[in-house]
Amino acid sequence: MKNNSRRGFMGMAFGAVAGIGAVGSLYAMKKSWDPLPSVKAAGFTTLDMNDYKENELVTEKWRGKPIFVLKLNSKMLEKVKDKKSDMDRLIEISGSHYMVTIGLCTHLGCIPGYRPAEENFLCACHGGMYDLSGDVTKAPPPRGLDIPPFKIDGTKLVLGEEGPEYKAMKENGITL
Amino acid sequence: MAHFTKATSVKDWFNQRLAIDKVEKVMMSEYWIPKNINFLWAMGMVLVITFALLLVSGIFLLMYYQPNVTTAFDSVNYTIMREVDFGWLWRHVHGVAASVVFLIIYIHMFTGIYYGSYKKGREMIWISGMLLFVAFSAEAFSGYMLPWGQMSYWAGMVITNLFAGGSLHADGLVEWIRGDYVPAQAFLTRFFMLHVLLVPLAIMGLIGLHFGALRIPHVNNQDGEEIDFDEESTKYLAGDKAGAKVMRFANDFMAKDMMVVGVYLVFFFYLVFFHFDFAMDPVNFDPANGLKTPAHIYPEWYFLWSYEILRPFSTDTGLIAFAFAQVIFVFLPFLDRSPNTVPASRRGLFKIWFWAMLVDMIVLTAMGKLPPAGIFSTIGFVAALTFIGLWILLPIITKMERKV
Amino acid sequence: MKTNKEPLILGVVVFFTLVTYYLVEPFAHHQMHKHVESEHYAYSDLPDLTKTGDALRGKDLVMGAGACTGCHGIKSADMPAPMDAVSSAAAYGVNPPDLSNAGAVYDAKFLTDLIKNPAHALMVEHKFDAAKGKMHPMAQFYGAGGDMDQEVADMVAYLQSIAPKAEELTPVMAFETACGRCHANHYEKWTQIGSKPTFKKKQDELAFDTQVLDYTDSLTKYMGKLPPDLSIYIRSRGEHYIKTFMENPQNYLAGTAMPRVGVNAEAAEKVIEFLEDSGDTKRHERAAVGKNVMIYIIIFAIFALLWKKQVWRDLH
Repeated sequence: MKNNSRRGFMGMAFGAVAGIGAVGSLYAMKKSWDPLPSVKAAGFTTLDMNDYKENELVTEKWRGKPIFVLKLNSKMLEKVKDKKSDMDRLIEISGSHYMVTIGLCTHLGCIPGYRPAEENFLCACHGGMYDLSGDVTKAPPPRGLDIPPFKIDGTKLVLGEEGPEYKAMKENGITL
Repeated sequence: MAHFTKATSVKDWFNQRLAIDKVEKVMMSEYWIPKNINFLWAMGMVLVITFALLLVSGIFLLMYYQPNVTTAFDSVNYTIMREVDFGWLWRHVHGVAASVVFLIIYIHMFTGIYYGSYKKGREMIWISGMLLFVAFSAEAFSGYMLPWGQMSYWAGMVITNLFAGGSLHADGLVEWIRGDYVPAQAFLTRFFMLHVLLVPLAIMGLIGLHFGALRIPHVNNQDGEEIDFDEESTKYLAGDKAGAKVMRFANDFMAKDMMVVGVYLVFFFYLVFFHFDFAMDPVNFDPANGLKTPAHIYPEWYFLWSYEILRPFSTDTGLIAFAFAQVIFVFLPFLDRSPNTVPASRRGLFKIWFWAMLVDMIVLTAMGKLPPAGIFSTIGFVAALTFIGLWILLPIITKMERKV
Repeated sequence: MKTNKEPLILGVVVFFTLVTYYLVEPFAHHQMHKHVESEHYAYSDLPDLTKTGDALRGKDLVMGAGACTGCHGIKSADMPAPMDAVSSAAAYGVNPPDLSNAGAVYDAKFLTDLIKNPAHALMVEHKFDAAKGKMHPMAQFYGAGGDMDQEVADMVAYLQSIAPKAEELTPVMAFETACGRCHANHYEKWTQIGSKPTFKKKQDELAFDTQVLDYTDSLTKYMGKLPPDLSIYIRSRGEHYIKTFMENPQNYLAGTAMPRVGVNAEAAEKVIEFLEDSGDTKRHERAAVGKNVMIYIIIFAIFALLWKKQVWRDLH
């Protein structure tokens, strides 16, 4: 009862043509799942660094994610200067230093809470801790808070664009 | 416990557990189809393909459509049509397929009437088919509500008003159906539920029933000849493929099916890309406005014939005539009193009845689109009376039919 | 061998399908909607132009005795509008348009007649009847002491001299100039007071939205109804209707407050293009993909036919 080889050939050829159509349809289907142009266009947030006060954590939003912005005063800066790697995590604009990181714990994505008295971050989900520069100080997070792509534009910071300072951070392994 | 042996191959492993070879024989290679058929017999497969197109395009529309009265219109005409990659393609396929499916349904239905494929053991195929027609009608109507354009809103308003039952004044029932005094948020979301879940499930169940009802009586043939499928299939399997009166469903019949599908898809995709306004009425590109009725309201073309039966009469008479028109086709196997299962061309008066019914339904369709005034109103009225008259005549003329 | 009935059957099916299609679509459409012939922006009801204008003299008139700049801004000549859009709308009912593009968008005969008799050129005399004391918000030009026809021709020449060339006129410019003061187009983020910017602070966005609402309140009072958003009009009305509607709204809506727009043929094409970009954005992609799909599906049908023939060789 199997198909004989003669009818098999044309049948296979037809099947192949139908397959091409199926592949084309799958391509269109894949494209329909892509993020919409309006979503991709909204992927940039501009921060005016003049707005921030020292030692006051402000949570901004970029691509739907919380962004920690913390302006360091000189005392906080002394604490961070101890570790050079931590200094590399900060962004300097007009003489002031800022910690700008994605406010999601690198362990499993909860938002760590900032403790102004202890001057560190504690994540309530599994106890991970980060210091003033966003570097991890207590497990389980595998690395420090991620730094969003940024570009310095005068006294403004554009999140979503990759400026030279950000590219340097990536090369030095400061952030992913 | 059934007896299982060590499998000799992957195929054998599946065969022992799922009887794949047996299923393949019953459904495909040893499902016998008469050879004496024409391309109209492929309309069933064309419907399956079209339903698949509706399902797949519907899935992608569903990803972006928003069933909310403020955002529905723009979710279709802005997000899907402008923003989503190939969104316009799914929308066009879905709209054109929804319209063309009814053309194929009517061709399929009238093929069945012409060749007597509703008689002598095939009544359940006919009845399940008519139930599918009702289900597809519900699916089309509920789907048309979703873009929430002017036609969506006012068609929703008018059709739900029918349930007030004329002099019965069942306004409470109408409000219950709508979930509100007028078509509003509750109305939209419940018809969304019907369109996306309930009616498609019903359709798929009914397709299963339709196929099941077909299996025992087997497919009909161009001459209505009663074929001994056992005898003919034995001939075929013995090697006399040319002499046997039957062929395999797979791949013999399927090959011809696919050829017809190929031609159909050329026609279908031409419409999708280059000629689609008939399926996407301009009036529905105005957002719904409950305070302004469009100058011309009409249903989609496939509902026009029954819409025209409703219109010419006074409210109560019209509703009765309309209800009659919806159900009367179901009773065809029982109203046809003749024992002949042959094509209409060999059935005397029934031949005239067939062509008269076909022409009458086209006239009703044409008049249903036009404003009910002047000569068109008169023609529509005559056509509606003709429709009712033909059905009353059917038992009489078929009873008189001579045995062929 | 039985005669093959399939060509006849196919003929019957195609015949009845085409008859039904014809009756339900072209025939019914013809019965329900009257057809208005386009006059191709001839403005045959307006007098022919008799004078050749001088742009320099025109500039003096527009800035001076013509008193145009008393209400109209001319951005390209560094003349700001005397009032902002919202205040103008509240004062006059409608916002006097900026004249930078007027010379490119509007027909010369139309501009000439407009300056001398706005209500007449705009075909709104049924609404603004001088005899009944209802004056059009735009004052007529009564002349600056010399040959009025020459003066008007000079002013029109000036407007044409500062306007962009026909090739430089973009669809956006044409729409904003000809339609944008009354019609929003939210698919293109256009409001009657300008494109809607993105705001960081919610208060700023709400302030802008409030301004739009104040403007549209004045506009609705002036027009009687709020002019509709045109985002999807190219699909709900179609190119022919829109073009003939612009030529004379009274063709389709007798008694409407919508003025005759007065666009020239090129600007009309650009407006249509803008509306197509708005309501039929993917038309080019549809045509391109459509062509490829048609080629593919014909090949598909041919292969299906060949397969069928091969399978059926044994069966006949």
